[in-house]
Amino acid sequence: MKILVCITHVPDTTSKITFTNDNTELDKGGLQFVIGPYDDYALARAVEIKEQLGGTVTALNVGQQETEPTIRKALAIGADDAIRIDAEPTDAYFVAQQIAEVAKAENYDLIMMGRESSDYNGGQVHGMVGEMLGIPSLSPVMKLDIDKGVAKMAREIEGGKEYLEASLPLVLGCQEPIAEWKIPNMRGIMGARKKPLKVITPTNNDTLTTPESYELPAPRTDVKLIDADNTAELVSLLKNEAKVI
Amino acid sequence: MHTETLSNREEIIAEITQSVTDFGEKHIRPYMMDWDETQTFPREIFTQMGELGLMGMLVPEQYGGSGFGYKEYVAAIVAVSKIDSSIGLSMAAHNSLCTNHILQFASEEQKKRWLPKLATGEWIGAWGLTEPNTGSDAGNMRTTAVLDGDEWVLNGAKNFITHGISGNIAVVVARTGEPNESGNASAFVVERGTMGFTGGKKENKLGMRASETAEMIFDNCRIPKENMLGNVGDGFRQALAILDGGRISISALSLGIAEGAYEAALQYAKERQQFGQPIANFQGISFKLADMATEIDAAKLLTERASDLKDAGKKVGKESAMAKYYSSEVAVRVSNEAVQIFGGYGYVKDFPVEKFYRDSKLCTIGEGTSEIQKVVISRAILKG
Repeated sequence: MKILVCITHVPDTTSKITFTNDNTELDKGGLQFVIGPYDDYALARAVEIKEQLGGTVTALNVGQQETEPTIRKALAIGADDAIRIDAEPTDAYFVAQQIAEVAKAENYDLIMMGRESSDYNGGQVHGMVGEMLGIPSLSPVMKLDIDKGVAKMAREIEGGKEYLEASLPLVLGCQEPIAEWKIPNMRGIMGARKKPLKVITPTNNDTLTTPESYELPAPRTDVKLIDADNTAELVSLLKNEAKVI
Repeated sequence: MHTETLSNREEIIAEITQSVTDFGEKHIRPYMMDWDETQTFPREIFTQMGELGLMGMLVPEQYGGSGFGYKEYVAAIVAVSKIDSSIGLSMAAHNSLCTNHILQFASEEQKKRWLPKLATGEWIGAWGLTEPNTGSDAGNMRTTAVLDGDEWVLNGAKNFITHGISGNIAVVVARTGEPNESGNASAFVVERGTMGFTGGKKENKLGMRASETAEMIFDNCRIPKENMLGNVGDGFRQALAILDGGRISISALSLGIAEGAYEAALQYAKERQQFGQPIANFQGISFKLADMATEIDAAKLLTERASDLKDAGKKVGKESAMAKYYSSEVAVRVSNEAVQIFGGYGYVKDFPVEKFYRDSKLCTIGEGTSEIQKVVISRAILKG
């Protein structure tokens, strides 16, 4: 089993987000970066499948040198080698092209990633990669087993659970509970430094999206508590202050 | 994180911290107040920590350890102790006292026999020097070892021993010569299950309640001759060398407590509103935070210096005593002020600072009181 896991390098989910450059860029100052939480699930399952069936797991990231600690964490968790495509991941189309270019040459059985990154939450890359390679893509995948070359998957849908089977190769957008996050052990941390991390240049610079500006959601306002018996005041507030009725 | 400015070693240390923190948040934090309340020693958590590589931090890979230096080890102890210092204390006692004593002074054959089990957390270690009547005055100890044919016969009791009941193996210093004579003690390894070796009373403690502290009793306990570490008469000298390194552990434990208490207090001071503003805006609180941050930084620098010297194989007696003395006092002061900043909420168990406050006091006592550290430091500076 030859597996490619695409990981994003995103701000820790507890980060305080601010913008810079006239609100057109994320201010990265003081932020701590982690493997995208959904990608982390995909990576954990990929490592488990490798342990079960043999094969290799390659971690891939589109990013500049600052993402290398994040990539090394993927190696510490259990990826065998890694590829960094040396470019700022400007949008989903750009990233998908880079992944597809690598995948074309390597014939992976599975290309796994999170259902979406946790920074811009586009959720488009897996679909685009599938299209570019002409292979099926599925998302979100919440359970994955490989049985005699067939991927058996499950996901929750409205009012039930959907079970799917597909032959390989496949592109999968993953989410919990596909696996539990793995915590790198001390040996993994040391071993990660001896594993190959290949840096390659991007294929082209097609970017179809330019951010106009970002804005933060409005801060949460105070909650007004109204006595359960005081319906009149509640109605009055909903009508005159919240203006929802 | 601006990683381009970090050295490879600093990066590894950051990764260790992250791993240990992730582990602790998942496997320790949800249960720690129960362990504390019921004084439960969670043996299984150390098996998991062994799988993570935390039980043989200083042990070379050839014996199943992680093969790190003191700096990495300190980072791991700090990260564990920031969450639950009693787990940090047990980890420290296992790594730097029992396991490290075998690593430093055992023969190759002895190392192969005991280190892999300790480094993987399959076995948990205890280390016995202190006795009911001889704490700091260890030269006068009453536990004796007498050679009888091919066996040493141990008699006596050790107290305040971390893992005294649950330890699978103990390194014990016993008297093989006359009281107060120089070179009168030797070090032995005693495995659990050996006839005449039992755990005694478990202490009910102010803090560090999830870390087991108990008596070890030797009643005509016969151990094979080959269980001695080094030579007859080496025991006390070995113990002092182990304590030099052990003090770095307690510095790290103290730093973890201080950082944990400080970070909780800092966040609370920014969130807690009184008189229409965060209490951090009041100088009475902000000056406390400034003192806490400064003292923690100073403690960190002393601990780093001691770790660097230790990693470079240099003498560290005075520097580790300074680090342990200062950091432990900082842990007590900072956790005290953290409780104060939390006010009433600091006094109840819904917030983490009361536990840090209780746990911190061990640090100025265990592995040599602050007063004994001052003896070590003053002897060193007066000798020169």
